[in-house]
Amino acid sequence: MDKRLRRILPRVQKPARYTGGEVNQILKDKSAVDVRLAFCFPDTYEIGMSNLGLSILYHTMNSLPFVWCERCFAPWGDMYAEMKREGVPLYALESGDPLSEFDALAFSIGYEMAYTTVLDMLDMAGLPLRSAERTDLLPLVFAGGTAAVNAEPMAPFIDLFVVGEGEEMNNELLTLLREAKLGGWSKHDFLVRAAQIGGVYVPSLYDVAYNADGTLASVTPLDGAPERVTKRIIEDLDSVPYPTKPIVPSTEVVHDRVSLELFRGCVRGCRFCQAGYVYRPIRAKKPETLIAQGIETLKNTGYQDVTLLSLSTSDYRPLPGLCDGLLDYCEPRSIGLSLPSLRADNFSIELMEKLQKVRKSGLTFAVEGGSQRLRDAINKNVTEEDLLSTCRIAFAGGWNSVKLYYMLGLPTETDEDIVGIAKMADEVLHCWRLNAKNKNRGVKITISTSCFIPKPHSPFQWEAQISIEEYLRRVNLLRSSITARNVTYNWHDAETSLIEAVLSRGDRRVADAIERVWRDGGRLDAWTDYFSFERWMQAFADAGLDPAFYANRERSVDELLPWDVIDVGVRKAHLAREREKAYRSELSPDCRHQCAACGAARLLPGRKCDE
Amino acid sequence: MNDVNTRLRLRFEKTGRAVYISHLDLMQTLQRAFSRAGYSLKYSEGFNPHPQISVALPLSVGAASRCELLDFRLTEPAALDDMPEKLTSALPEGVTVTAAYEATRKCAAIKWLRVEGLFEYDARDRAEMAAGLTAFYERESIVIEKKTKRGFGKTEIRPSIREIAFTACGEGVRVSALISAQEPTLNPELLAAALLQLQPELAPDFAFFTRLETYDEQMEVFR
Repeated sequence: MDKRLRRILPRVQKPARYTGGEVNQILKDKSAVDVRLAFCFPDTYEIGMSNLGLSILYHTMNSLPFVWCERCFAPWGDMYAEMKREGVPLYALESGDPLSEFDALAFSIGYEMAYTTVLDMLDMAGLPLRSAERTDLLPLVFAGGTAAVNAEPMAPFIDLFVVGEGEEMNNELLTLLREAKLGGWSKHDFLVRAAQIGGVYVPSLYDVAYNADGTLASVTPLDGAPERVTKRIIEDLDSVPYPTKPIVPSTEVVHDRVSLELFRGCVRGCRFCQAGYVYRPIRAKKPETLIAQGIETLKNTGYQDVTLLSLSTSDYRPLPGLCDGLLDYCEPRSIGLSLPSLRADNFSIELMEKLQKVRKSGLTFAVEGGSQRLRDAINKNVTEEDLLSTCRIAFAGGWNSVKLYYMLGLPTETDEDIVGIAKMADEVLHCWRLNAKNKNRGVKITISTSCFIPKPHSPFQWEAQISIEEYLRRVNLLRSSITARNVTYNWHDAETSLIEAVLSRGDRRVADAIERVWRDGGRLDAWTDYFSFERWMQAFADAGLDPAFYANRERSVDELLPWDVIDVGVRKAHLAREREKAYRSELSPDCRHQCAACGAARLLPGRKCDE
Repeated sequence: MNDVNTRLRLRFEKTGRAVYISHLDLMQTLQRAFSRAGYSLKYSEGFNPHPQISVALPLSVGAASRCELLDFRLTEPAALDDMPEKLTSALPEGVTVTAAYEATRKCAAIKWLRVEGLFEYDARDRAEMAAGLTAFYERESIVIEKKTKRGFGKTEIRPSIREIAFTACGEGVRVSALISAQEPTLNPELLAAALLQLQPELAPDFAFFTRLETYDEQMEVFR
């Protein structure tokens, strides 16, 4: 180990996150591989090591014998300061080698607030921030993850984006990179060839022009790059490699358990939800596959908990059989099974009782809107009766804590809808009074609100976000409407939401502001410890950008949007139709009741969606 | 084969990258390693069952050891001869199990601890430092300020040091000491901290300790 590092580590908080050496890490002989890849996660070790996508791709990329993929995370502030002071460059955990020795850096960007951290990691690796300033082929800097569905704000920094699911695409890209490295290709030649791989978006191969009003005028592909880049998907989830021997961190991380992914995509189509659209089409894993992989992973990790992951667990058809199969293994071994993302409408208390034999933790419902009219407008198909009947059974069964999540600022929201949130909490309280088994222990009802952020590729992608002042007015209206003592109200601050709104629907010009924030010391912006609203506002002003243009402006339906160059499967016309229906408070049936021909099925030639 | 009620003991090393794993994290890691290696730890009864494992002398983050002891019980009898190998392959790099056996004495009988340390000096003469350190530790009383639960308190550490010797070497000054392990516990890091308080010109730029062996009151090796 580096002598400087030996001295730094005893001084920082939780040093085990900076050392590697965990069980199941992959070590290779660096002289025997052609491509050394640093898989960079622009957040802390604890967050990154909880990410299933990172775990999957670490294994699929390492399955290539000529690639050694190692991990790299962003250091927390104390470690960052020590590394800067001692001049220790960013290094990969497995080998401890500095990133400057690598052939490629791959960033997994799951959320916009990680953008400044990406720049910081490039800088800590000793690389110029802008793709154009890195003239050599190596190291190649590429990125994927949900943020790639609108790559534009990060376009100047990243050589290429991998859009969609990476299991196959990344390996195709790394195979080409090896050929380019061994063949001594120029960076440009490589990028032109890489743009022909399905799902690869090379921003420098697109000329962007703007209108006088600041909107996008045209996006012109160069050197044979495709007009639109279609996101990649895995057609058959049962046959795609799944890491049954994941790395087991030697220190506590956020999700310290086995995660089993039930399916990708969502049948619901809630209109505010980006994930519900960009991960389509729906593809499920067989319960037999999941049970076998779950048991093998438990054996290989020694974890005492399994969790089922998906956008809407109750929509997994074979859920009861899967739970029974897993419980057969887990129960005798005291291994816990947890099911997040259950819906209130078909929520099964019986299932919950079965899973949580000992402790009755709180129930959480994402209600989103305060009235049936608003919930219909956003296509959140949950009725007050669903919620109350679930609460009835839960209170009778001994639960005594309920959390209700809402968004303020959804399109069409009125003051009546906001007051409706308080009324709903009162109904839940009343329900507890009628049904609670033991009233002595009291009840805790918590309302949480966040400010709605319109997201690309969702039906609300054209909508304006409400201003900070308006959000606070609505927060105060709700506060004053809550009278019951047992109801607590927490609201998420609107400042982060405004910045996130700018970044999520930003264009290439926003990159200047991101770089300015980083130059002004911004990193780890997803953490309130480090986020500074003033720093962002100053950076927008210095870059000559108006945040309101991106966050609070309603786009016309025929406007060319920065993310139109990315095709996620769902057609723009479908999104526009869904938006129209929102204004009529008209529900769309879920995909199982009636296929809306959203377009995602095009990505599954020869197979059917949700089969 | 052992009975399920037998108290079993592991002797293990914690070196290299593993020295940065905290005590609590190590307990979790060991627990999972038993499970990965196919052993089933006995759990406590009660509302919140936890595995019955305990480490004799918790080790500070950043310090290495060649003599850690862990007591545990299993739910079913298991062979002990291949246990060190099986557990080691289920543990992170740097944690190596060297022996597994039935415990005969309680860890409370541990009294003395042999430690080896390296004091690094970036810009000072090592031989001079070694001589100064030897002279310093010949004092009959060494009272230092220590953080306690209620602010700062004064502690006399000299009686907790049974033997101590310093020799200049290529990397700095090598420290070899026999210190009190329990009642009172002397954290070897205080051997460097004391200098910072009482004779800063001898305080090293960096100190690193390794535990070598545990002894009882009679200076018999405790295993």
